[in-house]
Amino acid sequence: MSRNLIIGSALSALFVALAVISFLWTPYDIETLDIPNKLQSPSALNLLGTDQFGRDILSMIMMGARTSIAVALLAVGIGMALGIPLGLLAAARHGSLLDELIMRGNDLVFAFPSLVIAILITAVFGASAVNAIIAIGIFNIPVFARLTRGAALPLWERDFILAARVCGKSATRISVEHILPNITNLMIVQGTIQFSLGILAEAALSYIGLGAQPPTASWGRMLADAQTLVSIAPHTALVPGFAILFMVLGLNLLGDGLRDWLDPRIRVART
Amino acid sequence: MSLLAIENLSLQIGDTDILHDVGLSVTPGQIVAITGESGSGKSMTALSVMGLLPRGAKATGQIKLDGTDILQTAERDLCQMRGNAMGMVFQEPMTALNPVQTIGAQVAETILVHEKTTKADAYERAARMLERVGLKVAPTRYPHELSGGQRQRVVIAMAIALRPKLLIADEPTTALDVTTQARILDLLKDLVQDFDMGLLLITHDLAVVADIADKIVVMQKGRVVETGPTQDLLANMQHLYTKALFEASGHQVDLPDNTAVRTGSVQLLYAKHIVRDYALPRKSLLGSRPAFRALDDVSFHIDHGERVGLVGESGCGKSTLTRAILGLEDVQGGEIRLDGEPVFSAGSNLAVRRKMQVVFQDPYGSFNPRHRVDRLITEPFHLLENPPTGMARDTAISKALQDVGLSPDDAGKYIHEFSGGQRQRIAIARALIIAPELIIFDEAVSALDVSVRAQVLDLIADLCRKRPLAYLFISHDLSVVRTVTDRVMVMQAGQIVEQGATEEVFVNPQHPYTQTLIAAAPKLPELPYAVETI
Repeated sequence: MSRNLIIGSALSALFVALAVISFLWTPYDIETLDIPNKLQSPSALNLLGTDQFGRDILSMIMMGARTSIAVALLAVGIGMALGIPLGLLAAARHGSLLDELIMRGNDLVFAFPSLVIAILITAVFGASAVNAIIAIGIFNIPVFARLTRGAALPLWERDFILAARVCGKSATRISVEHILPNITNLMIVQGTIQFSLGILAEAALSYIGLGAQPPTASWGRMLADAQTLVSIAPHTALVPGFAILFMVLGLNLLGDGLRDWLDPRIRVART
Repeated sequence: MSLLAIENLSLQIGDTDILHDVGLSVTPGQIVAITGESGSGKSMTALSVMGLLPRGAKATGQIKLDGTDILQTAERDLCQMRGNAMGMVFQEPMTALNPVQTIGAQVAETILVHEKTTKADAYERAARMLERVGLKVAPTRYPHELSGGQRQRVVIAMAIALRPKLLIADEPTTALDVTTQARILDLLKDLVQDFDMGLLLITHDLAVVADIADKIVVMQKGRVVETGPTQDLLANMQHLYTKALFEASGHQVDLPDNTAVRTGSVQLLYAKHIVRDYALPRKSLLGSRPAFRALDDVSFHIDHGERVGLVGESGCGKSTLTRAILGLEDVQGGEIRLDGEPVFSAGSNLAVRRKMQVVFQDPYGSFNPRHRVDRLITEPFHLLENPPTGMARDTAISKALQDVGLSPDDAGKYIHEFSGGQRQRIAIARALIIAPELIIFDEAVSALDVSVRAQVLDLIADLCRKRPLAYLFISHDLSVVRTVTDRVMVMQAGQIVEQGATEEVFVNPQHPYTQTLIAAAPKLPELPYAVETI
């Protein structure tokens, strides 16, 4: 196990644990305002201090982790659920009109700056966590479709695929039985990286007020709220900022570590 | 005084012993061939001489090139020697050249690295060297414009540009066609004499060894088991392994007689006037796409129980024909029928497909690495209407594995636990499990070591004995085709130029191309005595 993998999984596990614990328990209830206690610095009572409404920031971070992870996870789920089949289909029908249509469709989505379209979607359909998930998810589809197609194409040239075709298996069946298991590692690694990008995108949408709506906690909106308070209570901005930083860093290290760990060639070289 | 003297060379990588007490010598103007099967350490010996050992390798002993001990020389001085005192030619001419540099520039680079000379002079000398190795194209060409044989000439020109005293050639002709191989070997022989170089030739092909080498070094599992001047060694082999190696190379299988099966039966496979065109990229924006004709009016048939060979060089259309027969791709003209049914139809026609199976060349790429053997070999069950399940399935798996000489316990293993020869047995088990009428062996033994190849060929003959089996045996190796087929077809540029009974074609070839092929194939020397089979 590489150092990247250990640090990455530890950081990611920490935030996932915070999110899970938040379902059972948080230090304070974040829906109760406690104005007299506002903008407290970190102390024994409030480990990470309080915000402008006197809410406990640690509790907010825990609830925010839940939002971030849920949005990013579902967005990656959408990307995988639609992107991988599209990619498999394009590879199976390589060179056909269908392949062209899928790939040019991908290019079309890639051609737009993702955040701008996400803003458009949430602006038209209203700002909510669900719309943020859909907006981010749409941009994950071409990533997975393209990666899947690229990885599947050389596999289609391999003899064991030919042998399966000789056995009369359909392209769909070969894609599911033979291609998919051989690209799983790649998808896990890319999934981790897209997950971290999803966290960032969710934070960005929330920051401009187009993500999860109050009272649902969100790191991006915590940052936005803290913007005017940086000079008098810097911890209100620093804490969510570092939460985003460490979560994204953790996931990237995890993805990197997984890539090395899952690649048998690199693993052999190391042992 | 020998040019290269290796003494007591031992090599370890990690905890694995790669070479053990290897000793050999090369004198100027001498061709020394190291031969042996994969894993014998022949390539590692060559890399030790170049000082190109992989990281973590520990070598002891002496490698003296012209008095300098390579093992004691610093990397910086070794860089000076590589290309200058010793040159190397690799196996794969397709990857040994930089695709974005002209061939002249690549040869000139060798000169410029080692000598303080002007660019113009280096290019001039490079051009002369390319001419010397028999290349008839301009030095301004790029590698992709050349054929495999031409590229190998460029690689040789790079290796000898500075007239090194020692040339190391690691399987220099293995990736080439027989006719090209013959010409490259002639060139190497000629260069050795002309430049008075020593040539250390590494090859698994004993016919090549016997043909070109002055001295033979036989290696097995990191040890030199036998060494001696070619004629002496061939006339008087001492070591059992050497004998086994030569026996396996010229292995003749004992094919059962199949005349009884063939007479009176209808044709099993019938192909008439097949044409297969591939569309090439457009040359101009609005022009029509030109076509490459891979199969040009090919007609042949295979009877029930008949064993047919197909020989030809790379690019002649063998693989295209395989795909067409298997019904994987449609043809543009003509028809292919198996037992009267067309092999290609828009939907998948399981009834036709279950009558044929295929065994591919690469034992490493033929299996999904993520499935176990039982799942791998039962894949053809997909073709059956009522595939066996439960006990019947287990029995079928055990029987299939036993038929090819493996144990029923192997069913639960993954493919990476098997050697190349075992994998090819598993491939044959997969092909046979539904008892097809026709099997296509697409270069099925080409990637195997000679002793393993002999075993697999025996296995095929054995299977024919158990039940009448018709197969199409596709290979570039004439000696193999000769021993396992009744009838042979010779293919050139998408056409079948000659077909007939195997012995007849080999003894008395009619078409000039067949004659060239047979003449170019290196021959094993007749051994003066019967070698005992082990």
